[in-house]
Parts: sequence; structure tokens; C-alpha cells
Amino acid sequence: MTRPWRSILIGGALAAVFVLSALISYVWTPFPIDGVDIPNKLRPPGATHWLGTDHYGRDILSMVIVGGRTSLAVAVVAVGIGMVIGVPLGLWAAARRGSWVDEVIMRGNDLIFAFPSLVIAILITGIFGAGAVNAIIAIGIFNIPVFARLTRGAALSLWSRDFVLAARVAGKSSLRISAEHILPNITSLLIVQGTIQFSLGILAEAGLSYVGLGAQPPTPSWGRMLADAQTMVALAPHMALIPGLAIVLTVMGLNLMGDGLRDLTDPRIRMQRT
Amino acid sequence: MTHFSRNLISASIIALFAGMGAAQAQTDIKIAMQLEPPNLDPTGGAAEAIDSVVYLNIFEGLTRFASDGSIEPELAESWTISDDGLVYTFKLHDGVRFHDGTTFDAEDVKFSLDRARAEDSTNAQKQLFAQIADVTVVDPLTVQITLSQPNGALLFNLAWGDAVIVGPETAATNATAPVGTGPFRFVNWVQGDRVDLARNPDYWGPAPALETATFRFIPDPTAAFSAMMAGDINVFSGFPAPENLPQFEADPRFQVLVGSTEGETILAMNNKQAPFDNVLVRQAVAHAIDRQAIIDGAMFGYGTPIGTHFAPHNPDYIDLTAQSNYDPELSKQLLAEAGLPDGFTTTMKLPPPSYARRGGEIIAAQLRAVGIQTEITNVEWAQWLEEVFGSKNYGLTIVSHTEPFDIGIYANPEYYFQYDSQPFRDIMTELTATTDPVKRTELVQAAQRMIADDYVNGYLFQLAALTVAKAEVQGLWANAPVAANDLSAISWKQ
Repeated sequence: MTRPWRSILIGGALAAVFVLSALISYVWTPFPIDGVDIPNKLRPPGATHWLGTDHYGRDILSMVIVGGRTSLAVAVVAVGIGMVIGVPLGLWAAARRGSWVDEVIMRGNDLIFAFPSLVIAILITGIFGAGAVNAIIAIGIFNIPVFARLTRGAALSLWSRDFVLAARVAGKSSLRISAEHILPNITSLLIVQGTIQFSLGILAEAGLSYVGLGAQPPTPSWGRMLADAQTMVALAPHMALIPGLAIVLTVMGLNLMGDGLRDLTDPRIRMQRT
Repeated sequence: MTHFSRNLISASIIALFAGMGAAQAQTDIKIAMQLEPPNLDPTGGAAEAIDSVVYLNIFEGLTRFASDGSIEPELAESWTISDDGLVYTFKLHDGVRFHDGTTFDAEDVKFSLDRARAEDSTNAQKQLFAQIADVTVVDPLTVQITLSQPNGALLFNLAWGDAVIVGPETAATNATAPVGTGPFRFVNWVQGDRVDLARNPDYWGPAPALETATFRFIPDPTAAFSAMMAGDINVFSGFPAPENLPQFEADPRFQVLVGSTEGETILAMNNKQAPFDNVLVRQAVAHAIDRQAIIDGAMFGYGTPIGTHFAPHNPDYIDLTAQSNYDPELSKQLLAEAGLPDGFTTTMKLPPPSYARRGGEIIAAQLRAVGIQTEITNVEWAQWLEEVFGSKNYGLTIVSHTEPFDIGIYANPEYYFQYDSQPFRDIMTELTATTDPVKRTELVQAAQRMIADDYVNGYLFQLAALTVAKAEVQGLWANAPVAANDLSAISWKQ
């Protein structure tokens, strides 16, 4: 088994556990998470509660699964926003390379890039209020320039290729060339970047929830579970350890998968191997 | 030679240790609290954090609160009350000076009280002075307060931080450079970090043991724990993370003081907003709440259940917790009676303290069990003051009312929970005019019953005063009858 495949398998398995459990949680969780059970608070991992209970007596396994759902939803939609807006912008800039359109789009992206992503997120949630929806918008906005730049860069190199020239000679408009010839050829690149942005989105969501700007209680989220656990580390270390591990494993899984996919699809690396 | 030098070394080591043992006790202290005061003028702000720094230390009043909540003379040496209860004559201490060197006399008392009760006064507790008709200077050390009607609580009212005596020369700048008559003078305020005080060498009373004191502001509970453990601070007054107290208790380097406060922690309901304008709904909310679960879950067991807006350690307190006991079935019935068999959805805005944030999550789960859905929003204090306290734009909120004897807030229909009851106002008016202690007790208890019968708010628990300190610090107040850190009472064990 080659190295990219190993990364894809391990990473894919971790990511699949995360996605599947998040999906299953819509119909079933080991324990209900909307009730409190104070007499059973801060139980260590055991037979009844596999991963223990939190300071309200809620089952941490169920909380982690449902919290993963929040992360999944936020990251999917945020990366979606980035792709749906960023990719067409990048294609347009490449099609009109060197013109004022290209300049405006790319300098606009530089403007967004100039601010650290978390600062933008805090600004947005500060203006529109904390909550999952605003967190999605915030994370989505700083995904736009990532995809716009990537798309433009990849598309530029394709515009000088013979098959694109042939299409131009055949009289196709630049819109049709972008959609029919450029986009299909950069799809694998976008998927790889999407996987990596997805893991960054999960981290960003956890970060925002940790400082109280993400999903609001009682919606469980990994970041807020960590924040709640902060003063209880000495009392119940599992309260901090488990959501922390969930974040690490999911992000690591997605990154491994992204790396593996890139190795597999990147022509330069492919050429080195053959 | 070797032998000799070894002896010399051991002798000097012994001498060193002996010297350390005989050293003077420490004379500085670092006290931390969670909230930073917005300004340092207790006559110009409602924030409790102001009093926690300046009350009794920088500023003094005619009377003061003692550590047990009783009223003691301070700048007033003694007083006499006329037979009709309308004229109070105060004899002032001689030789008292403000920190700027000016002399304190009856003119300053008149200035301070007239300023506090003036039409354009920014005093946060103007009602304390409502019955004062006139303040007259008899001679430099005698001042007379005339009331429009008898007020049994005048000496109590004058002990509040809002009633301290300020100098006319410095009144305008007290917010940033406070000047009072107290045992400590203001040195420095590094905003966002600390306030430094130093002993007032010209203090009229007994000199305090401490020479300097620093108040530090640490809002984050985790940072509070680390700062205490690392020895960066000596005392944490109002420790924010009750779950960490067992660790301090088990550690011989520290002492933990658990006392009572005047903080009635309530689930406030917006009495003029539907459906909370219906008493059946408010009663249903009250019965849906499991107080013990909230005390155990949010405060790790620290707190006393209450059934009305009154402090349990007050002799006039009546225990009405049974009237709003935890009974989810009854709660559902009441909701059905109120025409809301499927419950309803409302908003819950939670300020930063853990009693509110954690208590809110627990209450939300308890309300959900009877069909009431809550949309929780976590807010900062400034936002809470604006949206909840000011604009009354909320359904439910959790807050601790830490002023002593503050049941009178229910007489104000404009107050943020908007309880509008003429019978209650009548009781409070009668109470103000009553000086007979037996009659006063009766009225106070009637007031407690009336708000419990009307289920104005969900009454949760009395906030505990949690103080963590180094084991060698003595003289700390265990109870918090008023927001104060009485520095002159504090000293280090030798």
C-alpha cells in the first residue's frame, strides 16, 4: 500500500466515524442531552456512561456526538459559502487576467486575507451577535479568498494550454471555457483544499464557541465543552480531555485525508513516483 | 580550619532562620476580585465593585456597617433622636482631615447629603435620602438632619457606601482620584489591572496594621485559580469557581471562608410581557424549578434556598420555599389552566457570573421538562444593563440582588421585572413611616408573603460569600452584609 493510500484510509476512517456519528445523532444518542441530572454529575468514564458525565450530569459521549454535529454543520456550510463564492470569482479573475476585474477581485481578496481570520470572526459576531449562524457566515467569509486564489492560480496555467486555445479558436465564450474546460480540470485540487478548509472550519468553530461566540447553550459544541471544563480540570479531567481528543482526532483525520488526496492527484508528485 | 568554617556556616544559617522567624509581619496585601469598578466614586455609581474597593477604606460615612451587618458610628461620634423621630442631631469626631489636608466638619456633611439628594444628583440610591427634609449645620462639629416623616431606617441608610461624606473641593474628581477621610488613601489606578492604596498617616482613628494594599481585578475563573495557587494574590474576595474550593480547603497554605451575602439570586420574570403577565404562568415556572439541583449544579452546594426576596439570616425572614416547591406535574397543570397546555417559547438572557450562566442552563433544562422552551443568550454586564435592566427587553434572566434589605425595589413598577402592585406599595409606604420594631417585622413579613403569593420572580437561593485567602491572613469578613473589604481589620499573623 502506498503512502497516500495509507493516509487516505486512516484519515478517511477517522473522518467517517465523525460524520457517521454526527448523522446518527439526529435519530439516536446513547442518552438524551437536553436534560440535566445533577446527582450524577462529574462521573468518571464507566459502564453506564462510557465517557463519563459533565458538571450537569449529562452523558459526555452523547454530548461529543451531538457537538460533532454542530461542528459538521458549521464547517460544511462555511466551506460551501467559500466555494460557491470563491471559485466563480477565481474563474472570472483568470478569464479576465490582467484586466481591472482581475485587479478588483484579487485586491479585494487580499483585503480579507490581511485580517487574521479569527479577528474577522469576532468582528462579525460582535456586530451581529453570537450564534451558530453568524459563526458560519464569519468562517465562510474568510474561506472565500482561499478558494478564489487557488482557483485563479490553477486556472491561469490552464488558459495557456492547447486544449483551451482550441476551444477559443472554436469560438467558445470565456464563460463556457471556464465552466466546461477549466473547472473540471481543477476539481481534484478544490476537493483537496476543501478537505483542509473543512478541518480548519472545525477548529475555527471550536475556537469561536470556546470564547462564547459560537453556538449558544444548550446546543452542545466542542469548543464550549472545553470552556466549561476549564475550571474542572482538577476535579474531572475527562471533561476537558474528551472534547479535546474529539477535536484533535477529527482535524487530524481530515488533514491526513487531504494530504493523501493531494499526493494522489498532484501531477508533480505523481510524476516523481513513476 | 575546615571544621571551624563549617561551624561558622551552620551558625550563620541558624542565625538566618532565627532572623526570619523574628521578622516583622507582612504589611502589604494583594486582594483580588472578579469585577473592576467602572469608577471609584461610591456616590456616583451603582456598581458593587466600587464599594468593594473604597468603602470603609477611602471613604467613610456618619455611620457604617460592621462585619455582622449591624450599624456602628463612624464619622458621627454619637447622636440623639427627637421624641417625634423627626430630628437627628449628630455629634461629629474632632480632628478629622480629608486626604488632601482639608478639615472635615459639619459643612462637609451638609454638602454631601444635599448633593446626594439634589434634583440633578447622580446618586444610584437616591431613595435612601427621600425622607430627608433639611440638613442644618449647628456648629462645626454638630449637624442636624430633619425628616419629613419618621424613618426607622435612617441610620441604616446613612451607612451605605452611597451616603459617604465627600469634600466639596474634590467631589467632582472622586471618580478617578478619590479623596475621603478613611484609613487608606488612594495612590494609583491602572485600569484593567489594579488599584493601589496606602495607609493614611493622619487618620483620626486607630492606625491599621497594613501599610499598603493592592486590589487586583481578575475576571476569568481559571486565571483566578492559578493566581491564587501561584501566590500572586493573598486574598480572593468573591471567588468565582466554587468547584475549586475543596482543593483550597485541602491545602494547608490556604483558608476558605464560606459566609452569607445579601445576594438574593432570582430567576427574574418580565411581569408585563406575555405570558409572564399571567400569575398562573409565573407560578408554573416557580414550580418547575428544582432549587437544590441549581445550588448543587451551579454552585457546587454553596447557597441557601429562598422562597422570597429576603435574606435567610435576617431575623425577620420567613421560609416560603415550600410554597414554590419543585413539582413539575403541578407546573404542567398550571400551564394548562393558563391556556398554554403545550408550553411556550421565551428568551433567557444570562449575565457573566457562573451562578447565572450555569444556573441558566440547568433552569432551561428544568423548564423544558414542563414544555417551556428558552432561547438562551449570554450577555456581558454592559449589555445586560442596557437590554434587560434598561429596555426590559427579555423574558427571563438570572441575577443576584446584593444590596442589603432591598425588598423595596418591588414597590417600583418601573423596575426591570415590572411588578406593579398597589397593595405592595402601600405596605412599603407604611413600613417607611413605622418605627415600632414589632410592627415593622409584621410589615416586612407581609411584604415577603405578598411577592411570594404573586410569584413575581422565581426565588432561587441566597448567594454564599466565598473567600479564599492565605492561611496567615486574619481579620477578613466571612459574611458580606454589604460590599466591602475592610482593610483596617486585616493583618498578617506573625
